[in-house]
Amino acid sequence: MKRFLRVALLIMRKDLTVEARSRELLLTTLFFAVSAVLVFAFGFVRDGRPVENAAAGILWIAIAFAGTLALGRTFERERYHDVLHALLLAPVDRPAIYVGKLLGILVLLGTVEIVVVPLVALLFQAPLLRQPLLIVTLLAFGTVGFAAVGTLFAAMLIRARSRDVLLPVLLYPLTIPVIIAGVRGTAALLQPEADIAMARAWIGMLGFFDVVFITLSLWTFEPVMTE
Amino acid sequence: MTQRLFLPLVVAATVVFAVAPLLIAWAPYESTMGLVQKIFYFHMPSWAAMFVSALVCGVASAFFLFKGHATGDRIAAAAAELAVVFGLIGLVTGPLWARKAWGVWWQWDARLTMALVLWMIFISYLLLREYGGPGSEKLAAGVALFGMANVPFVYWSVNVWRTVHPTTNVVPTLVPGMRIALWWSLAGFLLLYTTTMMARVRLESQRASLDRLYRDLDD
Repeated sequence: MKRFLRVALLIMRKDLTVEARSRELLLTTLFFAVSAVLVFAFGFVRDGRPVENAAAGILWIAIAFAGTLALGRTFERERYHDVLHALLLAPVDRPAIYVGKLLGILVLLGTVEIVVVPLVALLFQAPLLRQPLLIVTLLAFGTVGFAAVGTLFAAMLIRARSRDVLLPVLLYPLTIPVIIAGVRGTAALLQPEADIAMARAWIGMLGFFDVVFITLSLWTFEPVMTE
Repeated sequence: MTQRLFLPLVVAATVVFAVAPLLIAWAPYESTMGLVQKIFYFHMPSWAAMFVSALVCGVASAFFLFKGHATGDRIAAAAAELAVVFGLIGLVTGPLWARKAWGVWWQWDARLTMALVLWMIFISYLLLREYGGPGSEKLAAGVALFGMANVPFVYWSVNVWRTVHPTTNVVPTLVPGMRIALWWSLAGFLLLYTTTMMARVRLESQRASLDRLYRDLDD
């Protein structure tokens, strides 16, 4: 168990070191997320006023889009330098590699969210920061669920043809529960009278989703990555 | 064994499908919906066949992924295609009925959403197999497995919304004429499913043995 965690943390550190030196993924993903929010702003703001209840949806769509882009790029980089191959040859637990990659993606997406959430709050006059603890829990659980499924599929697709288009094609139908729960939970908190019980119910569902899909990913990572 | 069963099953499916329109025509009219209710006799069985197919695909994929049975992969590929076909029948017949019964073509109802998402997962499965290149069978098996695990979550997450779709409790309350027509159609769809499935799996196995023969020739 200790070894497992050490390997996972080492892989995360490797990813973060590469990222800290180039900043390629962070800057491009961040700019992409901001542009996506702006495009939505032009679509959903009429006569200078944002359409009601649009903020929750826009926030989660921006996260899902940016997440897909980040996942695709992370593994493209691995493929280009044949890193994943080398990692799979290393005498370590395969699931530890998965957890390491997942942690790296989570740090990246978390950073993107730190910028995107206040931006959505600002542009759509949404009281996103009124219940900071619940919003952060919702975002954390939702992002973990999305990234858990995304990391597995992005890793799998590294060997496939037309992986750029196949990643969203596979990922979006599979992560619909995360999007529904995230949007509904956030919308419950954005109401004039925040519906705490509803938000808690969605957080619970997201937690359950995370547990099931991380377990399933750890379980399937080994057989799908073996050629 | 399966080959000997194939012809009788085809005959049985043909007979059942030939008689089905008569039984549906004879079944009494539903008091409020009238003629349009008769879509139900094809709508519900096609979804039943779709869900059977989805289950077969998930189980076969798990066998392929964890045990490495090549047969599992062939069955999963065939089942995924049939799931999409039967799902399409359900998705076309549903709105036709809903337009008359609910006044709208589509509702974001728990059952409808879950069925649509499951159908989309199987389409993505087929897209991956078709365009993923060599080695995509294993990835597709992963998709099928995750797709199966997803169903309860989608159902749960949309179940909080108001539901308008008739529940399974409707079936025991049907008058005898309607019930016979429904079970008959269901039998017809499941027979059709079994026969097409057998033909499709056989095609996959033939393809595999042809590939093997080509490889042996090259060696």
